[in-house]
Amino acid sequence: MFSYCTDPSTLEGLSWLSCYLSTGKHMAFYASFGTVLLLLAITAPTALLFGLGGAVAARASFAPLSWFGRGYIAIVRGVPDIAFFLFFVIALDQGIEWLRHKVKCPDWSEPIRQGSDFLVCDIAKMPLSASPQWVHEIYGFWLAILTFAIVFGAFAANVIYGAMQAVPRAQLETAAAYGLNPRQTFRRILLPQMWSFALPGLSNLWMVLIKATPLLFLLGVEDIVYWARELGGTKNARFTDYPHGDWRMWYFLALLVFYLGFTKVSEMVLSRITVRLSRGQATVAGEALRKAKG
Amino acid sequence: MNCLETIQAYAFRSIGFGERLLPRSDFTLCDQFTLIGSGMLWNIYFGAIALVFGFVFATALALAKNSPFRGLRKPAEWFIFLFRGSPLFIQFFFAYFLFLNLKALSPLFDSFTAAAVGALIVLFLNTSAYSAEIFYGALRSVPKNDIEAADAYGLTGMAKFRRIVWPTMMRLAWPSYTNEAIFLFHATTLVFFSGFPSWKQQGDALYYASYFADKTFNPFVPYPILAFYFILLTLCVISLFGMVNRRLNRHVSQTQRKRMRIRMNLIR
Repeated sequence: MFSYCTDPSTLEGLSWLSCYLSTGKHMAFYASFGTVLLLLAITAPTALLFGLGGAVAARASFAPLSWFGRGYIAIVRGVPDIAFFLFFVIALDQGIEWLRHKVKCPDWSEPIRQGSDFLVCDIAKMPLSASPQWVHEIYGFWLAILTFAIVFGAFAANVIYGAMQAVPRAQLETAAAYGLNPRQTFRRILLPQMWSFALPGLSNLWMVLIKATPLLFLLGVEDIVYWARELGGTKNARFTDYPHGDWRMWYFLALLVFYLGFTKVSEMVLSRITVRLSRGQATVAGEALRKAKG
Repeated sequence: MNCLETIQAYAFRSIGFGERLLPRSDFTLCDQFTLIGSGMLWNIYFGAIALVFGFVFATALALAKNSPFRGLRKPAEWFIFLFRGSPLFIQFFFAYFLFLNLKALSPLFDSFTAAAVGALIVLFLNTSAYSAEIFYGALRSVPKNDIEAADAYGLTGMAKFRRIVWPTMMRLAWPSYTNEAIFLFHATTLVFFSGFPSWKQQGDALYYASYFADKTFNPFVPYPILAFYFILLTLCVISLFGMVNRRLNRHVSQTQRKRMRIRMNLIR
């Protein structure tokens, strides 16, 4: 990257390090931090949406919908989440291919499961086997996001369901007394009031979501863990201009520091949001704020 | 091979007894049940030992965090932040490579790169940090009156802690600590996916479940089996901890008892 990097064998000390840390592979490593942030940026709102849907479904008066909501919340508890991550990616992949297979090749007679193989017709493959590498990578990334959203959606649904129950009944009754219909009550009273109760749980969930991002590695995405293992491993002089020993420990130390910093910053931001949301609430925190203002 | 023979051959496969080769084709339901169950031995080993030692260390950490002396408080706070603020997955990776480097320095660390020792250490430290935070919270909410009463009776130092503070702290912390225990057992599934190699294909339940899922390309059998085992394990943990909870609460009137609420598990 720098002009003095043309002949790495002559470099020493810091200049060697600066050249080493700016190779193309390292750029891909830095970009993978972006992948993690992108994953968080997409997953968090999606999971929140899933959670809201799940909570509303669980509260519904229509019994099958309520069962579905409760089942969705219940099923993700009690089982190690990493198993869900491993399960959903294959299950979603096969489910999508199976649906496409049914639609696109209706006259396919052979069974799909043949012993240990899962066979669908060629045009039902997702993505098509002829498509370029980046399509496969993007598809894998989207599967990962969907998996994260489903699993964390269930956790969020649990939190939001509890928060909706915690909104004082008197407020909802007052809304009814003012002649708001159930839909208006939901949108104007329940939804805005719920956040202050849901925030402790949701901020905890955000912390957990941050700490779950290294699992991307298990889903086959080239994330920071993948690059730390690749770049840290022993490099010998025959294959690279920058030979070094086993540095994986230092790469993972860097990841550790990255996550610690990220957690710390999130903690600070979330505590500010908590203060903002408890303004005017009939809770201990809200009362303390009112007194402080005088 | 009928099912009884399979159980004889593979029930202790994960700890090195029985058949050496894993089944390679024609996987029966019995194969999967037996091997995944065999892998559960590892999960129980990691979870139980980390929990027992972690309990002692966590109590010490919680007291240190509550200490008025900076020299004790700061290290405890940092330790707890370090292990609670970073993903367990990264901790495993870092610890494995750290042990690998230490091994090159001294033969003392030879056994540390094996999952049975190295991963156990990480899990022990990790659960200590999480439990310490729970215990610390409980310690802060021990009723002031209890302490005043203890002072009035002339209890001091160790006697006060052992007879008054500690039992109340345990009683208050126990419901959350139960969740932490469940959570720890779930976290043990990460071990063989994070650097620590499995020796002679002896792995935990998830290791075998993903082995079957890879071989049969069918996730719909092994993972539900794994889920079944874990729900069973969770129920055992809940009933065991529930017994302790009843004992801790035996002097409290029915209406005032803090209900055990089993919260959802989350990744750490």
